[in-house]
Amino acid sequence: MADVILQNITKTYNKGETRAVNDVSFAVEKGELFGLIGPDGAGKTSIFRILSTLLLADSGTAKVNGFDVVKDYRSIRNQVGYMPGKFSLYQDLTVEENLSFFATVFNSTIEENYGLIKDIYVQIEPFKTRRAGKLSGGMKQKLALCCALIHRPTVLFLDEPTTGVDAVSRKEFWEMLKRLKEQGITILVSTPYMDEATLCERIALIQNGSVISIGTPENIISHFPKKLLSAKSGQMSRLLTHIRQFPETASCFSFGDAHHVTFSENKNQMNELLVFLKTKNHHDVEIKEITPTIEDCFIDLMK
Amino acid sequence: METKTVISTENLTKRFGDFTAVNEITFDVKSGEIFGFLGANGAGKTTAMRMLCGLSNPTSGKANIAGFDVYRQTEKIKRNIGYMSQKFSLYEDLTILENIRFYGGIYGMDRKSIKAKSVELVEQLGLKEEATKLVRSLPLGWKQKLAFSVAIFHEPKIVFLDEPTGGVDPVTRRQFWDLIYAAAERGITVFVTTHYMDEAEYCNRISMMVDGYIKALDSPANLKKQFGASNMDEVFYQLARGAKRNL
Repeated sequence: MADVILQNITKTYNKGETRAVNDVSFAVEKGELFGLIGPDGAGKTSIFRILSTLLLADSGTAKVNGFDVVKDYRSIRNQVGYMPGKFSLYQDLTVEENLSFFATVFNSTIEENYGLIKDIYVQIEPFKTRRAGKLSGGMKQKLALCCALIHRPTVLFLDEPTTGVDAVSRKEFWEMLKRLKEQGITILVSTPYMDEATLCERIALIQNGSVISIGTPENIISHFPKKLLSAKSGQMSRLLTHIRQFPETASCFSFGDAHHVTFSENKNQMNELLVFLKTKNHHDVEIKEITPTIEDCFIDLMK
Repeated sequence: METKTVISTENLTKRFGDFTAVNEITFDVKSGEIFGFLGANGAGKTTAMRMLCGLSNPTSGKANIAGFDVYRQTEKIKRNIGYMSQKFSLYEDLTILENIRFYGGIYGMDRKSIKAKSVELVEQLGLKEEATKLVRSLPLGWKQKLAFSVAIFHEPKIVFLDEPTGGVDPVTRRQFWDLIYAAAERGITVFVTTHYMDEAEYCNRISMMVDGYIKALDSPANLKKQFGASNMDEVFYQLARGAKRNL
């Protein structure tokens, strides 16, 4: 049976005015690394708070480890680890005091589950007498992860653990998650960074409270409904303007050092586009067909 | 066209006790340039940026911002720059127009030009219908676009953007860069930090800070060549991997 199950979960705020989560259903299998991918305001945090029994849904049901989030909230709290998006440890306790506090609250000790956090904890151990409030962003994040793990949860909820973190630290963080997954822990993690989607086994793309696609990253990419082209030239800004002026262009967005282009009615208008661009004095344009990224899929599904 | 230097630093340094947050950084930024200020967490970006905005006194070195000295003319610097932080900083319980008027007033613009320009701005942003609604009711993407427009409303010489697109959806993130390009074309210098490496590609030049030093500074194309990398992500990884402060 799946470890985390949501069925038609809806959550509104401001007396029903703001629909934060809209009829969301998905399941996370035991031992799976599942990503909730979407921008700020998509409803990710509300979903985490409902699953960790801190918030009641308006309607729908949710189960964690086979327990109902409303009826059996006590059992769930004993078995899940939750790392909120906002740093929520005690700023005026030291690194070691925080860890020991969370172990004690769950009737455990640091020693008992040290094996699980060792990899991560050794990196912050040199600072174990420093107050949590005085740690750098990267160290805070590692300490928060240790505190969420110290009672050996079966399910781990991580709400935007990599937001505001630089590209190198983000990479390291995902490697840590992979190792935790190998220990059999089910992980539900959210992120606004689309490039992290491919590091998950399955993902749900979420926007304005609704799941707009769900599956493995490969699967979602293979369902991209159009041919996708990449275009480059020496004058990227002008190129963007002129590709958008081409009558058959359906979409054109910048992706780093290239523009990604789709055509209406999925016609392959590559040659026609090149001719059109020549009339606008682009003579060095390189165009080729490429495989979409998750970000391309997200943009396409947003419309 | 003559291009003026609007940011110029020489061995700019900031120490906190025996900790050197920013270590002798030297660079120039030209008028109308989009300059990406990148680095790992803890590399010293925020401290450097605070000095450039006239909010923090350097320990040593020189810096001239929009023609003013960072030691003696901080108030003049503040009048000639715009600043947008990642944390949304418009007033949620004022309307869009009220926010624009308020910031225009703070920067000493006269009533007449505030009035004329604010009408123009809400039209440009396609927010005419919403202009008298509270900012709170706007979707996040719109808030960010509005915050940027407010930051350059007084036509500053330079605008500092601290992770302006964090958490924003992929389409809005790109629309935001359209606004940046438009501002740069009007001659406003854009000084921007980001964790999105694809956005590093949109800058004219990039500096990479590691442990308080500027370790590399060039156009994205030249940096990729220099580091034998196929994208900016790899360049960043090669430079930041060895960081000692990056914990």
